[in-house]
Amino acid sequence: MNPVTLNVDNLRVYYRTLRGDVKAVDGVTFQVADGEIMGLAGESGCGKSTLGKSLIRLDGRMRHVDGRVDLDDEALPIDDMKAMDKYRFKKVSIVPQYAMSALNPTRKVGKMIEELLESRGVRFENVRPELERRLSLVGLSLDVLGMYPIELSGGMKQRTVMVLSTLLNPALLIADEITSALDVSTQKAVAETLVEFRDRDYVKSTIVITHDLAILYQIADSILVMYAGRLAEKAPADVIIESPRHPYTRLLISSLPEVGVRYEEKRLTGIPGRPPPLLNPPSGCRFRHRCPLAFEKCVEQPPFVEVEPNHRVACWATAPP
Amino acid sequence: MLALDNISKTYKVGTFGGGRLVAVRDVSLEIEPGEVVSLIGESGSGKSTIGRMILRLSPATAGTIRFDGVDISGLKGRRVKEYYRSVQGVFQDPFSSYNPIFKADRVLSLIRDTYFSGMRRAEWNDKVADSLEAVGLNPGDCLSKYPHQLSGGQLQRMLLARALLLDIRILVADEVISMLDASTRVDVLNLLGELKERGLGILFITHDLSLGNYISERAVILRHGSIVEMGATEKVFGNPLHPYTKMLIASVPHLHKKWDQVEREVGAPDALEHVVREERTGEPAAGDDAAPPLKQVDDDHFVALG
Repeated sequence: MNPVTLNVDNLRVYYRTLRGDVKAVDGVTFQVADGEIMGLAGESGCGKSTLGKSLIRLDGRMRHVDGRVDLDDEALPIDDMKAMDKYRFKKVSIVPQYAMSALNPTRKVGKMIEELLESRGVRFENVRPELERRLSLVGLSLDVLGMYPIELSGGMKQRTVMVLSTLLNPALLIADEITSALDVSTQKAVAETLVEFRDRDYVKSTIVITHDLAILYQIADSILVMYAGRLAEKAPADVIIESPRHPYTRLLISSLPEVGVRYEEKRLTGIPGRPPPLLNPPSGCRFRHRCPLAFEKCVEQPPFVEVEPNHRVACWATAPP
Repeated sequence: MLALDNISKTYKVGTFGGGRLVAVRDVSLEIEPGEVVSLIGESGSGKSTIGRMILRLSPATAGTIRFDGVDISGLKGRRVKEYYRSVQGVFQDPFSSYNPIFKADRVLSLIRDTYFSGMRRAEWNDKVADSLEAVGLNPGDCLSKYPHQLSGGQLQRMLLARALLLDIRILVADEVISMLDASTRVDVLNLLGELKERGLGILFITHDLSLGNYISERAVILRHGSIVEMGATEKVFGNPLHPYTKMLIASVPHLHKKWDQVEREVGAPDALEHVVREERTGEPAAGDDAAPPLKQVDDDHFVALG
């Protein structure tokens, strides 16, 4: 197996509220290998964005409760706002969910990039040739640098931010729902750019956060499925799609309409019920109230065990330890 | 039942309204009872504008929309109210369709005030219970609750229940399930399927080809306000003829097929190239670049090929 770039061990990140802690990321352990594009999938409120954000910047409401994160065998000081500055952009970088609004509207794109680089102690002139090369790689003309963000379409902004975020060849790139707001054709172009960046070693490892499993099947090497703040399953992408083990993953995939599937011929069904609240979540497996396979054992929390090489599942019924 | 005949919509743009933006151009289509027509297009294709014109939320610049043979633009007073008794819309974001200050079931009681003011309380309650039942909601779970206490799926179903309180025959469903989570969205989609089986005509507006393919009898592909291809869903998706349709189908991420494979199967142009060309040329300017007229290539399959 490839050397590990990112190692997350028993990470817990809670949101502080007046009514108690919201356990958005509750004991999460996984690795991302060198050169791996890992998809992080789950429904809204499952903690996937919180997990992504906690690897680069905890906002004021988020509290690092437990666990550690190592990047390239070096501990990331994720709960130390100042110490993380050394790593952000250079070692860990993010393409945020709303890349459309990540650009400063009062600056021309080129000027903004220049200011950003200089503020990080990088001479703009030194990286300019590389910047231009990468812009043309993603199909953007160099005129973009002289334009204001408002002059760019959504897909152009998205690709500009992707080039900017990866300019210093970070070890880890977090792409948070970057395809969700785009049209299908633009979506495909952006998703393929992620693979291209990895292939060209612009980034070492990538975490792609999305609710869209079909996109992940196209571009990711592995998929990690989260449910209600915990990990449900992690496996190579085709294994998750073709032979998932966790009941949640199975039901989720069987509920997705696909081109070619018609209502008249094959009636798909959703998953009854809804995820538990993350403020005082129930004990044991968090999916058990919606799970057709639940039995007595499920009141205990299932361990995240390896059922096959690179395939881990947290389920008493389908993956007994 | 509902027929659009050469509908166009032009917006005035620019500081003094001197510019023209053609949002919809010469669109003709029909919706019959018991049929789902999906209107598929990317952002800016004019798909929502068409829905809004059917719902009389904005007037058409040219062309006519007829419901049972009557031009809807001329309706006034009581006849507008009667039109809305038959034609209703549900939109993308369920949260912004409710007033957060009031309880969610106010959307239902407003219908009573407008259309059923003479109805007795008990009778009305039965009617509400029936329509909630029809959309798979348990009245006890969702009545007397505020919008924030309900999930997006529940709110969206309640809007559908609201439409069902009237004797609607046409439903304009504009991106109704885009905001819902994967595990619940298919249930709302199936609900549309059941309504269709009860004889409702549905215009299903979406950007998601797999959803349109799943639910609809007929599909209409829009681009820059013009129809590029339309016809029976299995023909449009199974044998796409317009390069734009091909490109769209090849760009949709499939669950069990990789992009390369689909691309080879439909012989589609490259997505990045398409996107870049689109950005370079921008929106077509007013007056030019109208899609060529639709040609019939097969039984119920029309393509705009020059």
